[in-house]
Amino acid sequence: MPEHSVTAELGLSATPVSWWRRAKNVTVTFAALGAVILVLLPLGAVFGYLVYKGIGSINWAFLTQSPKPVGEPGGGMANAIAGTVLILGIASSFGVPIGIGAGIYLAEYGRNRFGNLIRFTADVLNGVPSIVVGIVAYGLVVLSQRHFSALAGGVALAIMMIPIITRATEEMLLLVPNTVREAAYGLGVSRWRTTISITLRTATSGVITGVMLAFARVAGETAPLLFTAFGNQYWNWKLNQPTAALSLQIFVYAISPFDEWHRQAWAGALILIVLIVVSIMAVRIAASRGMMKGAN
Amino acid sequence: MLVLSWTGRWADQVFYGLMLACALSVLALVGLIVYELAIRSGLSWHAFGWQFFFRSDWDPVNDQFGALPFIYGTVVSSMLALVLAVPLAVGVSVFITEMSPPWLRSPLAFTTELLAAIPSVIYGLWAIFVLVPILRVYVQPFLASAFGWTGLFDGPPFGIGMLAAGVILAIMVVPIVSSITREVMTAVPQQQREAVLALGATRWEMIRTGVLRNARAGIMGGVILGLGRALGETMAVTMVIGNRPEIARSLFAPGYTMASVIANEFSEATGDLYLSALVEIGLALFLVTIVVNILAQILVWTVTRGTPARSHA
Amino acid sequence: MGVGIQVEHLNAWFGKTQALRDINIQIAGNHATAVIGPSGCGKSTFVRCLNRMHETIPDARATGRVRIGELDVYNGTSAVAIRRRIGMVFQKPNPFPTMSIFGNVAAGLRLNGFRNRKRTAEIVERSLRYSALWEEVKDIMHKKSGASLSGGQQQRLCIARALAVEPEVLLMDEPCSALDPISTGKIEELIFQLKEQFTIVIVTHNMQQASRVAEFTGFFLLGNLIEFDKTEKIFTTPSDKRTEDYITGRFG
Repeated sequence: MPEHSVTAELGLSATPVSWWRRAKNVTVTFAALGAVILVLLPLGAVFGYLVYKGIGSINWAFLTQSPKPVGEPGGGMANAIAGTVLILGIASSFGVPIGIGAGIYLAEYGRNRFGNLIRFTADVLNGVPSIVVGIVAYGLVVLSQRHFSALAGGVALAIMMIPIITRATEEMLLLVPNTVREAAYGLGVSRWRTTISITLRTATSGVITGVMLAFARVAGETAPLLFTAFGNQYWNWKLNQPTAALSLQIFVYAISPFDEWHRQAWAGALILIVLIVVSIMAVRIAASRGMMKGAN
Repeated sequence: MLVLSWTGRWADQVFYGLMLACALSVLALVGLIVYELAIRSGLSWHAFGWQFFFRSDWDPVNDQFGALPFIYGTVVSSMLALVLAVPLAVGVSVFITEMSPPWLRSPLAFTTELLAAIPSVIYGLWAIFVLVPILRVYVQPFLASAFGWTGLFDGPPFGIGMLAAGVILAIMVVPIVSSITREVMTAVPQQQREAVLALGATRWEMIRTGVLRNARAGIMGGVILGLGRALGETMAVTMVIGNRPEIARSLFAPGYTMASVIANEFSEATGDLYLSALVEIGLALFLVTIVVNILAQILVWTVTRGTPARSHA
Repeated sequence: MGVGIQVEHLNAWFGKTQALRDINIQIAGNHATAVIGPSGCGKSTFVRCLNRMHETIPDARATGRVRIGELDVYNGTSAVAIRRRIGMVFQKPNPFPTMSIFGNVAAGLRLNGFRNRKRTAEIVERSLRYSALWEEVKDIMHKKSGASLSGGQQQRLCIARALAVEPEVLLMDEPCSALDPISTGKIEELIFQLKEQFTIVIVTHNMQQASRVAEFTGFFLLGNLIEFDKTEKIFTTPSDKRTEDYITGRFG
């Protein structure tokens, strides 16, 4: 055995860690904790103010009436809520089938260079600023029809929904094990039938999750509606007329000089955030149940 | 032998064709976007050429349009947002992935994601009535007295202005940067952490050398993705930035971003040149955002290679 | 009743790699034939060529002639139609996770447009009886999903599902390798009984299983069919040295 330990020779020793290093360690821990608090603070503040400022103004009148003329108290955002539903309905009728179809293509037929191109393009589409989508929808729909319309708003939102739904659908379909498809092929089921009745069916809850996430994302969008749906004081159910939307109404009221409208803006915002949070919660619950059902 | 119905091969072909059509629509949409933007900005491009992006006069009455103030406003507000957001986002991610007790991880991650779900217009609403007064009454006077020598905090503290825009953008960008950062940090193999710990490192040293260093490219990608989001952000910024096409050094001054000017003036743009100028700004915004996003995706991909990508809302 | 299978000059490729070389074999109807050989010898590929499952893999192809009864597998009929006449059971049990036990067995019928509910119920019962699962699931088959059964039960469910469409041939690709010995025993018993109605081709890496279950055995090596004969002969007095080396455990 050597006279002195290798540890001493190499200069290593079991000395305690220097206070400087320990101090840094502790500081960083506090800094990270501080970051967490600083980030949670606005979250709490936003939700808190929404409830505090908005809850008082939500009443039956608010939910059933359309806006009163400037200066008159009262009135509500019922037409805006209805408008949002209309526009989302139009958007889904384009966006959901195309999104799911593209997702099916990518998962079942697109494991190649062309599929990668589509995937990449979907990501690009996802990153397009919403105001630019508005410009495009304006050019496509508003200009040819010569007026603002719910349809234009729906088209704009559909463009935003498609990449989200496509990627989610592809991801969910890829989770279905290949053995399930093989079982169907082995029974002599044709490819299209296998994809629809077996693969897609197995992934259903996941796909619905993706669709609802897309909903939650576009329901609050304002920029693409500014010059497509444009907004409307009154009720509108026609596809080719300007329509109110909740997000638009909040914006217009918030930047107005009237206190009465500010109050209603908070109420509208509270309703909007509740709708969004509820859909996200529903998605999470469905996802946890769906996963267990589809698990093999 | 049971006689079962015969489904022709044509059914498979038709189905394939339909799915392919859906996939091609994605390509077509991007093509349409580029086409629309290019066509409608043509007028402005022919009138001003490259100078469009270097001139500061925005004068609809006299049909003179220069986009420099908006470019300046977009860049400054986004940079400010990143300066504020990145340390916070990295701090939160470090806490969640490396320091937090396991039971706290999921709820914390969830609440950070919840920040991303709040629509821009609601952030704007809150910013107008809550953030701006706080800035005006407490923060701006403090900044002016403590850091006035930098020249960044000159002018009357209105609350509304570049600083407010930067702050609200920062809040909106944190979830994205944090989500990517967490993803790339988790992708670093456990062996890396153990290797550093085995050398006798403190936890922070382990995080710094074992995790952050390895995830560097990915974190950079997350930051750039956050930048991409900030560049395109419209509503919240429009509501608090003051909407004045000026270039000023002070962060207290009002400004104007590319997205905001489109949002505010598009529906009232009289005259083809006016509209075309706005569309040209939209085209520029589109191109910049695309490049930024692609760069971010590449960076993130180098770290999470092989892991399926997830859509970052 | 089961029919015989004639294979002539069957070659198969995965991309550029050739997996089967000029296979010629006559498989007797109403008997069980085992296909054995070391990993990678092409036995799974061979069986998957019989019902054209091989071509579902991208870049895979096969040439040659396969006749099952009077059915010419590669000329004339579509792959989908072929697969309806031939049943397949896979290595890992793969019931459809979103369907009930009943739904699983009926799947082959329903997905091909068979609508008669009464007949379907009869066929499902008969198939479950064939696969010795009826008594165990008759009370729960509408309520429980296919995935809720044990591994051995799931595999018997997959057998019932394959049998429901009344195939003439049943192909089994290592059906017991994911199962415990007791479940394996039950399935081997099943194969014994099924032989009377169907022609069975079973891929197995377990030589004892081959000798227990099959009257004929084919030994594959590196894509070639080395020897094909009565099981008894293969395992006691093989003609080819390579066969002898394999069964005595010198390799593989």
